[in-house]
Amino acid sequence: MDDFVVAGTAYSSRLLVGTGKYRDFDETREAVDASGARIVTVAIRRTNLGQNPGEPNLLDVLPPSRYTILPNTAGCYTLEDAVRTLRLARELLEGHTLVKLEVLGDPRTLYPNMAETLKAAEILIKEGFQVMAYTSDDPVAARQLEEMGCVAVMPLASLIGSGMGILNPWNLQIIIDNANVPVIVDAGVGTASDAAIAMELGCDGVLMNTAIAAARDPVLMASAMKKAVEAGREAYLAGRMEKRLYSASASSPTSGLIAGGAKKTA
Amino acid sequence: MIQLTINGQLQSLPVPERTQGSEGCPVSGPTVAQLLAHMALQGKRIAVERNGEIVPRSQYGEQVLASGDRLEIVVAVGGG
Repeated sequence: MDDFVVAGTAYSSRLLVGTGKYRDFDETREAVDASGARIVTVAIRRTNLGQNPGEPNLLDVLPPSRYTILPNTAGCYTLEDAVRTLRLARELLEGHTLVKLEVLGDPRTLYPNMAETLKAAEILIKEGFQVMAYTSDDPVAARQLEEMGCVAVMPLASLIGSGMGILNPWNLQIIIDNANVPVIVDAGVGTASDAAIAMELGCDGVLMNTAIAAARDPVLMASAMKKAVEAGREAYLAGRMEKRLYSASASSPTSGLIAGGAKKTA
Repeated sequence: MIQLTINGQLQSLPVPERTQGSEGCPVSGPTVAQLLAHMALQGKRIAVERNGEIVPRSQYGEQVLASGDRLEIVVAVGGG
């Protein structure tokens, strides 16, 4: 079995999904089910003080007994906010330590602030968290996160929520080649082929939210993403043929043609 | 009544009878558990931070709130 192993735990899916931007909790649950994801990321926010006592809770829809809930620090711009958020998350999830760290640096692009991310990761790791870190596609930053003890590095393929696909496969390639922890493309995937390309590059997994939630039919797109990640992984393991521009090689026998042979070249 | 800042909003919380002093002066504030009950949040999937420190679930009944406390009460929501 080609399991995806992160922080010593094996998962049957290499697709990790977010839970934001769905129409309602029913759609969230259906899309997550269709994606086959085992690791599902959630945000941590203040309770609505005026809320209805009977208001459904995301964790009732996606019970931690069924999924590995990966709390994230989406929206945090300082290491203090990120660390506090994840301490709360650990309490909320009864001691769960696997977390997704992101510290943003710019509200327009949601680009990560790597200096703050590195500092936050160091604090969290000291406190016993298993940190999966959202990072720019800078191979040096990715290596520093790994050296510090992050259990996975998660470079962007393009900006969060942009659906622009994989803009710099070469940087991802360098990160993958250097890494001894799982590399998960996080952010930027727009459609199934993007996910397949990420996996063909040798990424260990792909994390996405908007590509599924903002599709016209999110549940169908979740199913497409499941297949794309599986197909990309198999293609990576199978090892693609070499690219041979201008040296075409026929797949069928070149002799025995009814017209009596190959076309003569000048 | 004691004044608390909950999720950034100033809130007043009545002090329960049994924690009143002899002349109606509170000898100690209500507990975190009493606050959560007041807010109809008991038993919900939440986490509480008080003045920057996590309040473990096991201490909800023990930690006594004081006027001026800053609390954060959070839930998991959809996000990526």
